[in-house]
Amino acid sequence: MRLKEAKQYVADKLGVTPFDLSDPVVMTDVRNEYGFGRVHSYAISQPWQANQIEAKFNIARVLDVPINSVEKFKERTAPTGGSR
Amino acid sequence: MTNEARVPTRMGDGTFVHLTRSEIRADLVAGSEVAAKRAKVPLLTDDEIDHLLEIYASPLRFIGVDVGDEIVLSCDGTGMKTHATRIQDLQSYEQWMGADLLELCVGDYSLKVVRTILAYEAQYMHDAQLCTIAPLQYGVMPNLGLYSKPDGPCDNWNELLPLGRIPEARAAAEQAVEMAVVDMVNLADSQWEAGADAIDWDTTGASGDPEFLAALRATKIIREKHPDMGVQLGMAGEFVLGMHGQLEWDGVRLAGLWPREQLLLAQKAGATMFGPVVNINTGKSLAWNMARAIALIKPCMEVATIPVHPNAGMGVGGVPMFVHLPSDAVCRAAKSFVELLHVDGL
Repeated sequence: MRLKEAKQYVADKLGVTPFDLSDPVVMTDVRNEYGFGRVHSYAISQPWQANQIEAKFNIARVLDVPINSVEKFKERTAPTGGSR
Repeated sequence: MTNEARVPTRMGDGTFVHLTRSEIRADLVAGSEVAAKRAKVPLLTDDEIDHLLEIYASPLRFIGVDVGDEIVLSCDGTGMKTHATRIQDLQSYEQWMGADLLELCVGDYSLKVVRTILAYEAQYMHDAQLCTIAPLQYGVMPNLGLYSKPDGPCDNWNELLPLGRIPEARAAAEQAVEMAVVDMVNLADSQWEAGADAIDWDTTGASGDPEFLAALRATKIIREKHPDMGVQLGMAGEFVLGMHGQLEWDGVRLAGLWPREQLLLAQKAGATMFGPVVNINTGKSLAWNMARAIALIKPCMEVATIPVHPNAGMGVGGVPMFVHLPSDAVCRAAKSFVELLHVDGL
């Protein structure tokens, strides 16, 4: 997917415009709302908010894009997973 | 003598030079003409030359694209113990520098060096994926030369060629290709299992057409084995050197290919991102170099179905061949690529 289509796809999924995607003022709130993770220091991200691998679960779900590490996480934490 | 005002701009080695607008324009035209003559690409139009002139004759320290026209920045080597552990480096790039893409790698960055530590690198990728958010790929240079003696098992084609032992040199390169393809696929397999989002073949073709062939063959195999794995294929130069001269992929002779034809093969093989490269001529102005780069890469943009991220770093893509990149030069290169070529990223 080329950049113009990719920006439109992400913007549609997030309910913003492509213009908003590079605006830190808008996107800070969007990232917070969806649990996409934020800078995890200086209390910008709070301990009860999703971050790191947790944030990637939310990104995969909201954007409807499979993320390899998330899929592997699910496999390895499933009742039958983890040991091979 | 001229009364025309001079503006500070730079040479390809990074040194300042003061040129008039007329001199900058003449360099832009000359850079375009050199590209057209060598690569048989169209000359830049007058409008494109004028657009570049506004960028390169600007006296501003910083210039940029219009708000909303920002692009994605890909990279190599963000996780390589620059200032802390590799994972902490990745986190710093993500959290403090706002990187769009992260890359784990080892300092040597060569495929053959990594092949003996695949399990360690995969485990490190596994750990890194748990504590980062941005897409995280693993990067290496195919660096086919390391497969030749004395570093590797194959005869050294660079020693055989000057002796006129052409068939033996070609056979040695072909042997190295087979080994590299196996190593590239094994690396991708182990990284995919560890959770990597993508693999990066960086400076592909540095050892000429055999190396480009190895990357194309490996990419095709990886696309079939791991359909969702990203494969970033970045080149080493604007022109595929014919170190072998007879190698083909999908019926196309690889030696002598320019960016457009490189891209067509990369996307046919299954690459998900292509990085064309145009090397810097240190004895020419940045205006000359940028016009040449734009003219050489422009034909890519007309046929690309995957994102195109021209390499814009030390010594490539209109950025000076100097280790501390002057920001005035970097932002001019970036603006040129975005506004004239509408690239997807850099």
